[in-house]
Amino acid sequence: MSAPLLTIEDLTLSFATRRGTVRALEGVSFEVRAGEMVGLVGESGSGKSVTAYAAMGLLDASARIASGRAVFAGRDLLTLPRRELDELRGRDISMVFQNPRAALNPIRPVGRQIADVLARHAAAGRAEIEARTLDALRQVRIADPERRARALPHELSGGMCQRVGIAMALACRPKLLIADEPTTGLDVTTQAVVMDLLREAARANGASAVLITHDLALAAEYCERIVVMHAGHVVETAPVAELFGAPRHPYTGRLLASAPSGAATIEALTPIAGALPDLRRDDLPPCRFAERCERRAADCAAPSLRLEPCGPDHRVACRHPT
Amino acid sequence: MNVLLRRLLGVVPTLAGVVVATFVLTRILPGDPAVFFTSSPSADAATIEAVRQKLGLDQPLWRQFVIYVGALLRGDLGQSITTGQPVLTDLLQRLPASAELTIVAFALAVAVAIPLGVAAALRPGSLVDHLCRLIATAGVSLPTFVTGLLLIYLFYYLAGVAPEPMGRLDPFATAPPRLTGFLLIDALAARNGEVFVSAARQLILPAATMAIFALAPLARMTRAAMIASLGSDFVRTARANGLKWRTIVVTYALRNALLPIITTLGMVFSYMLGANVLVERVFAWPGIGSYALDALIGLDYAPVQGFMLAMAAIFVAINLIVDIAYSIADPRTGLFGHA
Repeated sequence: MSAPLLTIEDLTLSFATRRGTVRALEGVSFEVRAGEMVGLVGESGSGKSVTAYAAMGLLDASARIASGRAVFAGRDLLTLPRRELDELRGRDISMVFQNPRAALNPIRPVGRQIADVLARHAAAGRAEIEARTLDALRQVRIADPERRARALPHELSGGMCQRVGIAMALACRPKLLIADEPTTGLDVTTQAVVMDLLREAARANGASAVLITHDLALAAEYCERIVVMHAGHVVETAPVAELFGAPRHPYTGRLLASAPSGAATIEALTPIAGALPDLRRDDLPPCRFAERCERRAADCAAPSLRLEPCGPDHRVACRHPT
Repeated sequence: MNVLLRRLLGVVPTLAGVVVATFVLTRILPGDPAVFFTSSPSADAATIEAVRQKLGLDQPLWRQFVIYVGALLRGDLGQSITTGQPVLTDLLQRLPASAELTIVAFALAVAVAIPLGVAAALRPGSLVDHLCRLIATAGVSLPTFVTGLLLIYLFYYLAGVAPEPMGRLDPFATAPPRLTGFLLIDALAARNGEVFVSAARQLILPAATMAIFALAPLARMTRAAMIASLGSDFVRTARANGLKWRTIVVTYALRNALLPIITTLGMVFSYMLGANVLVERVFAWPGIGSYALDALIGLDYAPVQGFMLAMAAIFVAINLIVDIAYSIADPRTGLFGHA
């Protein structure tokens, strides 16, 4: 087992909104090891993206980080001065976003946008930057990169825009790539192509990756380990085979039962009862899944629920795991 | 370029419409110019009739129109009865005064409004943001003649730092030889610093009056467009890639925000053409606005028609310039192609 590249430790943060404080994350901890791809899985609103944004320093002004660290290569990203963070972002950690077309500047040729990132982080002359831009486009299998580099985002398909997004994120050969729902909004065949490219490109660069998705099947196919999040908590982390073979948290079990690949027929799919609790509530229980859980017992309301080891490389935050 | 040509041809029907509208508008105005220009209470019906014939007002309306259009095509805008000069000569003589005032005011407004709007958008809720809102509200709610009078009261009457609001030049200064009609430029060309300073001092209050009026919509639009583009996904991508703050604000956010700003610039400039008339009156500025106003009060048709036509032409030209500027700023139009 190699040393962790990124360690999120006890991250707690909230958003101050006009209608109350949203307790978006509480005690979130997980790690990403060198060279591995980790899936960050959960329903919308479970805090997957917020966790990534916190690590990247992209949070809204309304966010308040109450506690926690995000240690990347020995440095805490959450307290790093702006200038040093900007040196890291795009060079050592980079991000691929959902809605690939909107994530690109609509009036700047895509090649120029990749070149902007290279020019910022690489001490290279114009010719070298241009060559590396074309290389980056070639790496994501864009045919005729010289012509495509001059295209504007609206002239490219969604899948092509996401390839550009991946090329941009990998242009400086980062150590860590965070992909936030990279295939949302793309059609199924394109999704597979984009995901293959992402994995391949990350491997070719020796980069670790975090795949944020609500699609458990997708995460199972591409990741080595999975971190399951629910309502701002990490509820379970395990290697893929372990998680699918023996899910311990009731929520993971329900996620698996609701995913198409886990069921033989549509009838066998079971939706997860109830909804995420309102994170603005003042009386959120220690286990935020308790109110939706059929295994709930009296001691579930007891405080200080923690993520505890429950198997090889397997941890769960539940007092009555399956 | 083909698109540009088509856009230019589209101007023709617009101008034709303006010709008809100005003609009809001036004819349905109340008052009888023949009576007015006979200008003698004791004039008898025969004298009035003679004047009417001399002015061509005895002809049926359609014939008057045909004569008017025929003259227009020959570049003849008619004769002003009050100044006794051809309208074209009058307009050309006064246009530089108005143009100088409008352009300086416009430049002033842009120079203040865009940085102000950007600064406000970068720090919403800050002091700069509140200042931006205050100026925008003041600019909208104060009519130009009120702002003008207020500035005169403050800077000329109370503080005494501004010169007397009487036209373009100090009465004791001699105008530089006319090259462009723009006093600032002519003074520079004549290497006459004294006249330049005098002209600039005269210009400052009326230009500020118009700038305050133009500031409001510009600053507000700049702020809104910047807030939108700073919150956009592509700015987030730029931040995630650690791009320099300047690059993010200028190359990514402002370049995109420029598109709605350019549209607003065109609108604001057109509003200013209208505001001109009142500002020139308040500051005794010898421009085409006050010329047209005098003509209108004096029931002098030809200058009014000429003024409206000139304004329409300028208006159309500005729209064309805005279109071109927009095409340059937004490569998606494909007019001034990239790739």
